[in-house]
Amino acid sequence: MMSLLSLTLTSSLILIPLIISKKQGLKLEADILVGTIRAVLQLALVGFILKVVFGINDWKLTLAILLVMIFNAAFNGAKRGKGIPGIFPLVIFAISSSTAFTLLILVSVKALSFQPAEVIPVGGMIIGNSMIACSLTTNRLREEIKTKKLEIEARLALGATPSQAVKDPIRLAIRTGMIPTTDTMKTLGIVQLPGMMTGLILAGTNPMEAIKYQLMVMFMLSAAVSISCMILGFLLGRKFFNAAFQLNDNLL
Amino acid sequence: MLKLEKVSVNLGTSKILDKINLEIPANKITTIIGPSGAGKSTLLRLFNRLVSPAEGKITFKGKNIEEVDVIQLRNRVGMVFQLPVLFPGTVLDNLSYGPSLKGVREDDYALYCLKLVGLDKSFAEKDVSSLSGGEQQRVSLARTLANKPEVLLLDEPTSALDPASTEHIEKTICQLKSSLNLTIIWITHDLNQAKRVSDYVVFLAGGKVIEAGTKEQLFSNPKEKLTKLFLAGQLAEKRRDNP
Ligand SMILES: Nc1ncnc2c1ncn2[C@@H]1O[C@H](COP(=O)(O)OP(=O)(O)OP(=O)(O)O)[C@@H](O)[C@H]1O
Ligand SMILES: [Mg+2]
Repeated sequence: MMSLLSLTLTSSLILIPLIISKKQGLKLEADILVGTIRAVLQLALVGFILKVVFGINDWKLTLAILLVMIFNAAFNGAKRGKGIPGIFPLVIFAISSSTAFTLLILVSVKALSFQPAEVIPVGGMIIGNSMIACSLTTNRLREEIKTKKLEIEARLALGATPSQAVKDPIRLAIRTGMIPTTDTMKTLGIVQLPGMMTGLILAGTNPMEAIKYQLMVMFMLSAAVSISCMILGFLLGRKFFNAAFQLNDNLL
Repeated sequence: MLKLEKVSVNLGTSKILDKINLEIPANKITTIIGPSGAGKSTLLRLFNRLVSPAEGKITFKGKNIEEVDVIQLRNRVGMVFQLPVLFPGTVLDNLSYGPSLKGVREDDYALYCLKLVGLDKSFAEKDVSSLSGGEQQRVSLARTLANKPEVLLLDEPTSALDPASTEHIEKTICQLKSSLNLTIIWITHDLNQAKRVSDYVVFLAGGKVIEAGTKEQLFSNPKEKLTKLFLAGQLAEKRRDNP
């Protein structure tokens, strides 16, 4: 266990970027200070809330917290799709489906038990990764449709439906959403020990036990990310077209 | 065959086409000429509903095109674009794209279309990236024909091609009119080409039909001052592709 004194002393490390920024004229002092203060306050608040929630241990409350996390994540994830009609509900749907599905599997095979102390942090990982995946998928899909506009119109002119006309862009967008997860899987343990495992080991868990958890996390994240990307990609493609199957230029 | 009544189109905030009245005759070649930015491409895209009018009515064989299923309409009214946009894969992949959307696979008809545009069977298995510009445009034409359209919309199909390929495609299209019984609407900025291929000519400027008539009427005996100016090359035609 780390003492509060040790943590306070560690915080002096922040002085190093501050001094460098000052000396080199990077003008990052304000950002660093604000960032540090926000991190301390936000984490302290979350720690406090989690402590209370874990103590109450009520499934309704746990579910409500998961929903709040999904709502926030969807709000962020949908930013890349500004202007696309219905993007926010679509992202909510994609993230909740992937979260519900993966959590259900984990709980039913007894890898996790449905307790706030387990479901909330693990759910948070799923939701966070799904959010990034949704954001990447949306962004890539829009870019791809923009650059392939002529090809898409040629397909429409040959009698393709919107979904048929954007099949390739959707495929690429789904792929793009999944790349960070697959890349991480490949380098796991070689480039760095993942945060979760490091945390468990520091907190005194036997490394073999920590690895089991880490593997579970990897499996669940790849499932969660692919579910979100698939759902979002397929539902989003059509939104770039109007009812007469014309590409909607304003969205590109 | 196709008829426009008081059709206007707005794109963004500007009025691109203004109360167009026009009738396209069946089994003829109608060319659309006019300065750059006149709205020729926009007019063409109305016929297969890639653009919708803000007001007015478009009928195809007497039926409002908004009441025809849009997929069916686009199968019956095919389009070839200025730049051939071929899909990755082989020539045959491209030719079978349209039919495959309907769950049909007719390699024989696809090969027949290839022959119609003057390419022999050996092209079928070629990768599209290995084709020349002229060959690509011929494949793009054949791909549209593989859908068995009744109307063919052509948006400057030869403007990016060399003279030899242009002549070849031009002849091919004129033959298609009779061999496939096609109604053809053809945008061109090349007045000599318009003189060679047209039955009817529509002169469009500033989003309005200034004058329309048979080739003889329009080229030998134009009535409007603007038409005369344009035919004399005195209406500035600034083009993006050859400044
Ligand atoms: N999506 C759009 N939004 C706003 N304006 C547009 C849009 N597309 C085209 N326009 C404008 O509409 C006008 C007509 O365009 P159109 O492409 O139909 O002309 P055109 O006669 O085919 O010209 P060109 O000979 O150069 O091909 C042009 O002034 C063009 O800038
Ligand atoms: Mg044009």
